Amino acid sequence: MKELVILSGKGGTGKTSIVGSFAAIAQRKVLVDCDVDAADLNLLLNPTIQEENEFWSGQVAFIDRQKCTECGLCQELCRFNAITDFNVDPVACEGCSFCSHICPVEAITMQDCMAGQWFISSSKYGPLVHARLGIAQENSGKLVALVRKQSREIAVKEEFDYIISDGPPGIGCPVISALSGADMALLVTEPTLSGIHDFERVLSVCQHFDIPAMVCINKYDINEDNTRQIEEFCLNQGVQVAARIPFDNVVTEALVQGLPVVEYSKGEVSQQIESLWQKLSEKLGR
Amino acid sequence: MIISVASGKGGTGKTLVATSLALSLKEKYRVQLLDCDVEEPNDHVFLKPVSTYKETASVMIPEVDDNKCNYCGRCGEVCAYNAIAVVKQKVLIFPDLCHGCGACSYLCPEKAISERANGIGVIEKGYADSIDFVQGRLAIGKAMAPPIIRRVKELVDNDRVAIVDASPGTSCPVIEAVRESDFCLLVSEPTPFGLNDLMLAVEAIRKLNIKCGVVLNRVGVGDSKTEEYCRRENIPIMLTIPLDTEIAYLYSRGITLAEGMPQWKNKFLELFDKILELTGDGN
Ligand code: SF4
Ligand code: SF4
Ligand code: SF4
Ligand code: SF4
Repeated sequence: MKELVILSGKGGTGKTSIVGSFAAIAQRKVLVDCDVDAADLNLLLNPTIQEENEFWSGQVAFIDRQKCTECGLCQELCRFNAITDFNVDPVACEGCSFCSHICPVEAITMQDCMAGQWFISSSKYGPLVHARLGIAQENSGKLVALVRKQSREIAVKEEFDYIISDGPPGIGCPVISALSGADMALLVTEPTLSGIHDFERVLSVCQHFDIPAMVCINKYDINEDNTRQIEEFCLNQGVQVAARIPFDNVVTEALVQGLPVVEYSKGEVSQQIESLWQKLSEKLGR
Repeated sequence: MIISVASGKGGTGKTLVATSLALSLKEKYRVQLLDCDVEEPNDHVFLKPVSTYKETASVMIPEVDDNKCNYCGRCGEVCAYNAIAVVKQKVLIFPDLCHGCGACSYLCPEKAISERANGIGVIEKGYADSIDFVQGRLAIGKAMAPPIIRRVKELVDNDRVAIVDASPGTSCPVIEAVRESDFCLLVSEPTPFGLNDLMLAVEAIRKLNIKCGVVLNRVGVGDSKTEEYCRRENIPIMLTIPLDTEIAYLYSRGITLAEGMPQWKNKFLELFDKILELTGDGN
């Protein structure tokens, strides 16, 4: 069983549309949406939720005003400026619990946070594990680790060949959590200067954690000079560019219909995605 | 006045809006642009600022003096993040897990813990013409963006119109960037993904009690549901940008609307006037 994670650094490069198409093409796989902050894969796969679970993680301080003597020590020591006028701002509070240890009259308690939900769903393309991080919550990395673990369990139990994971944008905590220990990363980029900048950073993260990567240049024809620049860069880095997908409104049209693009059109975009999956699955093995 | 630019979904044109707004306003106002998308900062690609100053962004992590420590284990008990642990006759520190809260050093009964800065990224300052520019950049392999964002925001210049470019999403880095702004521009697009992520972003912004308006980008393909949602929720659509190959091509070369198609400057100035009206700062 192999785990493929699809990343892009920059958002909006078409990552989720490609994952949605892999869902329609690949056999014997579980899908996992690691973009727990703004999960979109379910909009393409139209899943039915089978199992719904709460995600409890982290804590927030609470001051009992009956006990508090207003000595001010907590406000002075909190490094996150989360306490003003003896009230805790739950958004600013990092849950470090420092204040609860130092309050001389034990007026501060730490309360657990319901930081989100996670789901196991079924779809016509196979099982999907996804989640929704609560608004303004921390610990997205932990929720990503949790949905990955669930998808792994399903893959083992069902003897699946692949875990296909839609990764979060950026290069920070949730990305590291989605990437560590995966078998391969597919990096979806676009030939814009900002796309190139972000792609180079996310590739460095893969290299930092020693995860082999392949590259897909999406909307390659919006700027072919930039596309060549990406290809040259990849050549120098020893990374394979496995697909060049043209810009086409069918991707958005398919999305509006709630369909993976390979099921909506048989054009160049779909052919490229199919051949991309071919190359990826060969490289991944079983 | 602080205007934050956010978007639930990545790649909707947040950077394009933030930089175009900054460049359109610069002739009439004193402007500052702060790039708080520290995982993937892109404003510099468009603004091409001259860099004048650089500092390391860091978290204060503990350091234990073995001569004073008696391995009592208190530090490990109080750390909420398992960033410090006492194993037999050794104190282990995991810098990447430490939030720098200061609890362990304060509470160590032997006063054996001091703190040192652990670099997690850089803060850069500079300028492009009259625009004052600040950006944070998370180092490769580091997980913790919020401390860098906090540092960037400490550099907000209250005498200028400060434009804060946030990262995509709705979790802690975005909240950290958007907090304390007077108005939030949410950049979205008329697709099911755009709508879904916009709804999440609106929920987050409302939780922070910040007024917001929407910029709709790539209007043309897609559907009308995002617009209908804004109308239903009484969220003003402040500006629409069409799906246009020329705009896309300019964008791909790192050229803003304000520079590549100067007729857009007025639209961004009007956008700013609407913001002034909505925040009650216009007179
Ligand atoms: S430390 Fe305790 S008693 Fe002192 S102000 Fe804080 S909550 Fe109140
Ligand atoms: S738990 Fe930590 S961050 Fe929260 S209020 Fe207490 S000291 Fe501040
Ligand atoms: S609390 Fe201080 S003395 Fe106790 S184990 Fe930690 S460093 Fe050592
Ligand atoms: S500073 Fe806070 S987070 Fe860091 S090791 Fe000490 S107790 Fe843990």
